[in-house]
Amino acid sequence: MAKGVWIVAEVRDGAYRKVSFEIASAARKLADELGDEVCAVLCGSGIEGKAAELGKYGVDKVYVADNAALEPYTTDAHAMAVAKIVKEKGPAILLLAASVQGKDLAARLVGKLATGLATDCTGLKIEGGKLVAMRPMYAGKCFGEVAFEAAPAMASLRPNVFPIAENAKAGAVEKFDPALDAGQIKTKVAEIAKDTSGKIELTEANIIVSGGRGMKGPENYNILEDLAKVLGAAVGASRAAVDAGWRPATDQVGQTGKTVSPNLYIACGISGAIQHLAGMSSSKYIVAINKDPEAPIFQRADYGIIDDLFKVVPEVTAAAKKLLA
Amino acid sequence: MNIIACVKQVPDTETLIKVKPDGSGIVEDGIKWVMNPYDEYGVEEALKLKEKLGGDVTIVSVGPARTMETIRTALAMGAEKGVHIDDPSLNGADAYTTASALAAVIKTLPHDIIFCGQRAIDGDAGQVGSVLADLLGIPSVTFVTKLEIAGTAVKAQNAIEGATVTIETSLPCVITAQKGLNEPRYASLPGIMKAKKKPVDVKNAAAIGMTAAAKAKVAKTVPPPARPPGKILQGDDPALKAQELVKLLREEAKVI
Repeated sequence: MAKGVWIVAEVRDGAYRKVSFEIASAARKLADELGDEVCAVLCGSGIEGKAAELGKYGVDKVYVADNAALEPYTTDAHAMAVAKIVKEKGPAILLLAASVQGKDLAARLVGKLATGLATDCTGLKIEGGKLVAMRPMYAGKCFGEVAFEAAPAMASLRPNVFPIAENAKAGAVEKFDPALDAGQIKTKVAEIAKDTSGKIELTEANIIVSGGRGMKGPENYNILEDLAKVLGAAVGASRAAVDAGWRPATDQVGQTGKTVSPNLYIACGISGAIQHLAGMSSSKYIVAINKDPEAPIFQRADYGIIDDLFKVVPEVTAAAKKLLA
Repeated sequence: MNIIACVKQVPDTETLIKVKPDGSGIVEDGIKWVMNPYDEYGVEEALKLKEKLGGDVTIVSVGPARTMETIRTALAMGAEKGVHIDDPSLNGADAYTTASALAAVIKTLPHDIIFCGQRAIDGDAGQVGSVLADLLGIPSVTFVTKLEIAGTAVKAQNAIEGATVTIETSLPCVITAQKGLNEPRYASLPGIMKAKKKPVDVKNAAAIGMTAAAKAKVAKTVPPPARPPGKILQGDDPALKAQELVKLLREEAKVI
């Protein structure tokens, strides 16, 4: 029987992304329950020295592929490298990050490993010695419990949901040859244009301030940006605001945008269409500011203010600024 | 150019999803079925490419009988023909199984480029396009928001957390479409009339030589956790309500 709880660690520019520690911690929990070990796969260039750090979060062993062709990330090279070591060692469980890169890699691995994958999971448990993954479907309108019929049982974990737990283990490093076939690497990164605006990514934000049709126009989003700045929050938008061209598509929260689960979601001038609620209902706390008392968003809100957002939001900003100063 | 666009029929985004009491799935009565919005971007890009470079667009879909309506919608938008894979063993199948069915059909068709949505808004798995590419042995570029084709050279853009990446590859390949790629057209009335006469091949699993073997399954469907009732802050003064909110967020919710 397949053994071992494995993770694929995600690095960018030579540094771990926080979600890598989240999945390592989640893997440790599963492995302790199974009496099993946690192994990580780390792929990149000049990253061998980083490998042992994963031991801090409960990783027993790190398999490292250090190769110039693995930086920057390409689907082909990374999928080839991970598939090679996974096929060789045959773990029972393989966890990845449900980041853009993690989702891309995980899906391609499903093809190479001919197995099942639960995407964007918010919970994991062991039942009868096997992994069961909980995940939102229909953008969170319902949840599915996924059981696996093939190995490894693969799951990508939603960032910001699984707590990071320090649990020092050996973090022993073992290099492996990814056996990259240059002829099979058919994708190449031509350019990475970094967003230098200091914008916080919606799916990774602890706090989101979001605006909808009630914002009345793109020029009014500065009041949300002011509040976001004080709270260290990301700014999101409803589909109505994106379709009106007020905000970029990457800012959209909802069933045809991003599904988010921050600690705090502040909805301003958002009525709460079903498709929007689907994308943000798993937020820990929800605040609604809207002048329409009938707006469905109030049924989901922990705190509601029925008033003109243009009067309320600047006051919230002022009060938060005073508190956090 | 031989262009393929894969589509899935899903419940409309405004659908209230109800879970069956035994947890075996969702209640399908009264659902309005539509083309998966991300697949619409794929179909639109396929049509734009055809209009620019010539060729034809074939729609391929896996789903029960009602799926024919969505295939006809894509034909009404301007695609030439369709393949409908309809077999009870494929209803609610996992991504590997669905991609295997699509691959079995697409292998028999000339294909220079294949479009899929980056995910379907029902299962939200976001796997089929990538698995399909792997089974066909061709590259995949996912979450694409901008696409340029010159000869066999492909340049595609996607957004990752905090950056925009430009990826180069070559035909044949699979592109998964993300919002922002284009604005899908509506089917015109003449388009709808014409679509009725366009050819659609209906095939079952045996006809494409596959036996479904699940790799993963949704063993149980449950409603989302209920939220406790909220508190509406009272009063006429926006400033006082704002101060109270901030105080609650700090002292009660402890989130700021």
